[in-house]
Amino acid sequence: MKRISTLLIGAMLAFSNSAIAQTLTAAERSDLNLRPGATDISTQVYDLHMMMFWICVVIGVLVFSVMFYSMVMHRKSKGAKPANFHENVKVEVIWTVIPFIILIAMAWPAATTLIAMEDTSEAEVTILVTGSQWKWHYKYQDNPEVEFFSLLATQREQINNKFAKGENYLLEVDRPLVIPTGKKVRFLVTSDDVIHSWWVPDFAVKKDANPGFINKAWANVNEPGVYRGQCAELCGKDHGFMPIVVIAKEPAEFDAWIQEQETAAIRAKEEEQRLLSMNMSMEESMTLGKKVYDTACVACHQPNGGGLPPMFPALAGSKIAIEKQHIPTHIDYIINGKNTMPAFGKQLTMSEIAAVVTYERNAWGNNTGDLVQAKDVNAFINGQ
Amino acid sequence: MSTETIHDTPASDDGHDAHHDHHIPKGLMRWVLTTNHKDIGTLYLWFAFIMFLVGGAMAMVIRAELFQPGLQIVDPHFFNQMTTVHGLIMVFGAVMPAFTGLANWLVPMMIGAPDMALPRMNNWSFWILPFAFLILLGSLFMDGGGPAFGWTFYAPLSTTYSGDSTALFVFSVHIMGASSIMGAINVVVTILNMRAPGMTYMKMPLFVWTWLITAFLLIAVMPVLAGAVTMVLTDKFFGTSFFDAAGGGDPVMFQHIFWFFGHPEVYIMILPAFGIISAIVPTFSRKKLFGYASMVYATASIALLSFIVWAHHMFTTGMPVAAEMFFMFATMIISVPTGVKVFNWVATMWRGSLSFEVPMMFAIAFIVLFTIGGLSGLMLAIVPVDFQYHDTYFVVAHFHYVLVTGAVFSIMAAVYYWLPKWTGKMFDITLAKWHFWCSLVSVNVLFFPMHFVGLAGMPRRIPDYALQFADFNKWISIGGFAFGLSQLIFLVLIIKACKKIGEPVSDQVWEGAEGLEWEIPSPAPYHTFETPPVIK
Repeated sequence: MKRISTLLIGAMLAFSNSAIAQTLTAAERSDLNLRPGATDISTQVYDLHMMMFWICVVIGVLVFSVMFYSMVMHRKSKGAKPANFHENVKVEVIWTVIPFIILIAMAWPAATTLIAMEDTSEAEVTILVTGSQWKWHYKYQDNPEVEFFSLLATQREQINNKFAKGENYLLEVDRPLVIPTGKKVRFLVTSDDVIHSWWVPDFAVKKDANPGFINKAWANVNEPGVYRGQCAELCGKDHGFMPIVVIAKEPAEFDAWIQEQETAAIRAKEEEQRLLSMNMSMEESMTLGKKVYDTACVACHQPNGGGLPPMFPALAGSKIAIEKQHIPTHIDYIINGKNTMPAFGKQLTMSEIAAVVTYERNAWGNNTGDLVQAKDVNAFINGQ
Repeated sequence: MSTETIHDTPASDDGHDAHHDHHIPKGLMRWVLTTNHKDIGTLYLWFAFIMFLVGGAMAMVIRAELFQPGLQIVDPHFFNQMTTVHGLIMVFGAVMPAFTGLANWLVPMMIGAPDMALPRMNNWSFWILPFAFLILLGSLFMDGGGPAFGWTFYAPLSTTYSGDSTALFVFSVHIMGASSIMGAINVVVTILNMRAPGMTYMKMPLFVWTWLITAFLLIAVMPVLAGAVTMVLTDKFFGTSFFDAAGGGDPVMFQHIFWFFGHPEVYIMILPAFGIISAIVPTFSRKKLFGYASMVYATASIALLSFIVWAHHMFTTGMPVAAEMFFMFATMIISVPTGVKVFNWVATMWRGSLSFEVPMMFAIAFIVLFTIGGLSGLMLAIVPVDFQYHDTYFVVAHFHYVLVTGAVFSIMAAVYYWLPKWTGKMFDITLAKWHFWCSLVSVNVLFFPMHFVGLAGMPRRIPDYALQFADFNKWISIGGFAFGLSQLIFLVLIIKACKKIGEPVSDQVWEGAEGLEWEIPSPAPYHTFETPPVIK
């Protein structure tokens, strides 16, 4: 039985791999195996993996077939009489030395690939990747105006089994990272809170995001396309819900895109200033506030504002969200965070912060009637 | 085991035993006050089995949630508590106490000693364990839940960002550590001082050797774990910054300290297994163990190497290339002594006279499946590909192959092998075979597809997953439920054995079994070797 299952498994793997080799082009998904990926390095890593796999298969088959031969041929029920040997220096030296030689054969290509992977010099594009609970932030170091957060885009209703799940369930974000093809892109990886890990399988890049330290990785993507990954280091409650999506574009398209983003970023800043002098109506505030709440706050404080106490306190009926004198504290928590709550000052605009404060003070029976405006938030920031 | 054991026990050939029996309290107090290595061994084994079922129940929660994509049964925060406490319980509550229980029962009987060297400490090291786990399990019912940062409790998730139950977690780990250290000291002192005349080091059974080396590993690294949890405690509650960059600390330093404990810990959970397999394979091959001396040297070199490979758990944390190379090569070298062991077992079977009783079935399953886990471990050592494997289900598959089909299967093999000696009766062989085949099939349905989903890109420790992983996860869960249920067969079998149901066995029990423990009566008398045997 054991033999059959081992053989079966071996055969399954062997079949699946040859099938993969025939049908998979780079970066296509496999349900069974690593994929060659989209960079030269990821292809080398894939080859290394397959080499290791086959060496292990061969070793396993050799060792187990000797054992199974013995199990069949040297049975007591077949009248086998035990031999007397229990030592043999020659054999023991051989099976100590041969594995050493195999190890050296494995170590050589592994070391070569590793040195190439860790050489992050002479990058043409540098992107600062910052993890925080539970989203990624990307900043283009060469175009400092362009920075944005990237959050899970899968609807909560899909996760809670109310809606049918989409094709890229849990692997889709609101704003993907965009990089150029054919250029060495360097990722500087860090974190704002706990340790995360930025992983894109098709680039063979997995780097831990350590708070207070910066790690380096790089990729040079050959083909334009959409590449998906996930956070790989347990980072708290929603660790399973912070995917990574990278779109690789031809350099010309990338340049156009980054120009566009730069312009948009500058315009957004002007718009922010303009909004400071304007007042939003209660209705507008509540609509925008709910939208912000549903992306930024809902995971911890829950759709009904009840939270998951005591780790994630309730907002419905909370002192801070009801009593008027606590409005600055309310704004403060959102901008700067509190205890395990992350800071949202960078992620949200002033009008969004104002709207979500208004929303939280008027939803779920908190009917305070308080209406907070962007200029109040601005005043708080300037007074800080 | 019923208290009647004492009265059933034939006062052995040595008259002194009867004298001692007068002082043994009856009922519950017998177990609370006992200093007898056999009683304490039984306590450890029962405790380990109960913890195995508790930790297994948590695994069932995990597998039920992962049966389908989407969140169905538990919320992500509770899911994280389950993965965390499942890991802690299986490592510290099931595997380690089970090996300590086997050491208690067997080491004195194998070296011809009357008991463990430090019997009162032996009692204490067991009886603090239930409290450690009550504290840990109790933390699950606190406001905010129990520990949810993984059994590896990486800072700062376990410090700044954890719940208040962290204090209970730290306290409970401290108690477990104290228990392990005391147990280990006892094993070392017993083996160094209480061997029967003529029992030289190179005549000791391999189980004794592997446990001696394991005990030194425990004494070396459990204090490191205690240091790590203490720093977590002070970082969280007393304002220190060992692991907080904002205060001059380093979160990655936590991982270095943890894995400096953690990697030897891995071998703590597998070296005694090597000893067990090295006892069982020769018995049912009716042939002496091949390469006894090389087994001893291989065990010692694995133990020494285990101190210089810890950072292979941390390749993605961002290390200098030179460090990555060093830890890669050092890790690969471990496969040489491990390979030697597997080759020796196969050579022992070669041209033997094999029969396949239940302990042998588990031992053979161990050799095959542990080797699969060992080979995936070799793959994981290769840094460039480890970047792809790290923190995926490929790793989960790897360490469950070495810990479940490795350590746990070896413990089951040991229980089936020595149970008739302990009870004097043969266990229910039909049930045992059911247990074996159900476990063998289901454990592979459970863990083998994890390799596939891991390679295809499924991270570990997630409560929900992308749709491409759905089919395999369903199978994994079905395998999980089946493996869990299969252990209930084992429970029934053990209860029957403890009630002394079954055919009486001879002193040797198994044709081909050799060693001091097979020369004393079955069941083993309450006191053995009060007058040391002489080994020629």
